Amino acid sequence: MTSIAVAASPLVEALLARADDALVHAHRLSEWCGHAPMLEEDLALANVALDLLGQARSLYQYAAEVEGAGHGEDDLAYRRDAPQFRNALIFELPRGDFAETIARLFFSSAVMLPWWQAAMTSPDARIAAIAAKAEKEITYHLRHAGEWMIRLGDGTDESHARMAAAVAKLWPYTGELFAAEHETIAALLPDAAALRPAFEATVARVFAEAGLERPRAGWMQKGGRRGVHTEHLGHMLAVMQHLQRAYPGAVW
Amino acid sequence: MYTQALNQKDVAPATASAEDPERLARFEARVAAEDKIEPNDWMPEAYRRTLTRQISQHAHSEIVGMLPEGNWITRAPSLRRKAALLAKVQDEGGHGLYLYAAAETLGTSREALVEQLLSGRAKYSSIFNYPTLTWADIGAIGWLVDGAAIMNQIPLCRTSYGPYARAMVRVCKEESFHQRQGYEIMLTLARGTAEQKAMAQDALDRWWWPALMMFGPPDGESAHTDQSMRWKIKRFTNDALRQQFVDATVPQGHFLQLTFPDPELRFDEASGHWQYGAIDWEEFRQVLAGNGPCNRERLEARRKAHAEGAWVREAALAHAAKRRARRAAERQAAE
Repeated sequence: MTSIAVAASPLVEALLARADDALVHAHRLSEWCGHAPMLEEDLALANVALDLLGQARSLYQYAAEVEGAGHGEDDLAYRRDAPQFRNALIFELPRGDFAETIARLFFSSAVMLPWWQAAMTSPDARIAAIAAKAEKEITYHLRHAGEWMIRLGDGTDESHARMAAAVAKLWPYTGELFAAEHETIAALLPDAAALRPAFEATVARVFAEAGLERPRAGWMQKGGRRGVHTEHLGHMLAVMQHLQRAYPGAVW
Repeated sequence: MYTQALNQKDVAPATASAEDPERLARFEARVAAEDKIEPNDWMPEAYRRTLTRQISQHAHSEIVGMLPEGNWITRAPSLRRKAALLAKVQDEGGHGLYLYAAAETLGTSREALVEQLLSGRAKYSSIFNYPTLTWADIGAIGWLVDGAAIMNQIPLCRTSYGPYARAMVRVCKEESFHQRQGYEIMLTLARGTAEQKAMAQDALDRWWWPALMMFGPPDGESAHTDQSMRWKIKRFTNDALRQQFVDATVPQGHFLQLTFPDPELRFDEASGHWQYGAIDWEEFRQVLAGNGPCNRERLEARRKAHAEGAWVREAALAHAAKRRARRAAERQAAE
């Protein structure tokens, strides 16, 4: 099935960026279902994935309405190719081990909790409503991931080494999460740069208890927000979009 | 999902025959009077063993059952289907969790039970050793496999062991939701394109007979049912439940305008039941013996998850121990 062309206004692009973050992250988390280190984590990671999937759907639905081209949530999720995806790179990196999964959830939740909190007061009522629900969910995600950061950082030599490696690997992908919004919609969405102190405070608090070191400032990877991705996203979409692409026009 | 009547023989230790006859009589009177047996109540060893085996098999089935359906989470064809499937597989994990908890009330730890699964000593429902090859299999599993599970499990809501009966009440509610979801997937496919309809028919062709096998061997070959019936662990025979399932399911399949892969299937006016052809019990025995299409993969997936998660579980224990030690040291310093 051919890909759709999205009439991209700054607001549509911004909504797609957050929706794609959530969908791609949910996909990676859902890969754990049935394979987690313990049954409780099968349930918890599926729960987080379901929350993110729900956020993605709300954001896609709103993006489709703003776009006004008759597209629906599934068109946006299943009928754009990798260069049209706007997610930050950190979310598409392979699942990795449990430490990488937790570190990714921790870093993203530490950014997204203040982001959604700020979005709750957006003058755009729809964004504010989505934020009110998402904020409660991310509060739990951050607590869950934070507790595991501490358990793994503090636990055994092996878990500490794995978590330190995960932090080192993912840290260069955190910068992209603070990219500024287009100036014409800046009033509708949180100013990401202003979230940095809250993020740094969360990292400092949890890392101190986990016995982990915050990596020093260095080169940050980016590109996802303008559609330049890692090699991994194409493979993910090939799996995710398989049925929609193989059976054009079918309703499922 | 998914308990299955596997009708394994209870292998009693040599010492177990010497139950106190007075206690046994009291126990049996309570069961006959529909009293629930609770964890701290006295119970015959054979009752404890039979229930531990049945509940843990049921828990293992839930856990292994996450794999065939989990196979389609990343490929679900719409966001709504993806969310429903993920939630369903999560429900199965939840069922596994509280079934393990129910089994633990009988005195065997979850770790020991999981070890029995991973070593291949414990059984789980034969149905999960079949592959999920197309999206329609997700519909067929919900409709047929969860449908069969409900037939098996509704009577278990009244089973004599309290914790199992109560767990089943919640499990059954969720299963009937899953069954409706599965049927709705089948309905959508059956009303869809020619390719989708063929997909639905192919799924019914592959899942129908294995679903009938879920009720276990025919009553004639089922040596172990009597005592379980008397103790109200089991309330209907395998064949009675199978017939109930066939009677409920065949009209649903016809509504979908699909054909059952059984040329002998016909409605018998006299008995009011759908009569079905001979079940291939050799296939059932082979699947239980480990020779189903996916037995090895399913167990390998469980073993791999368990092995790869070992460092995480160790870290959680180590951290908890360190934290306890630090708190104790703080208290000491404060005194």
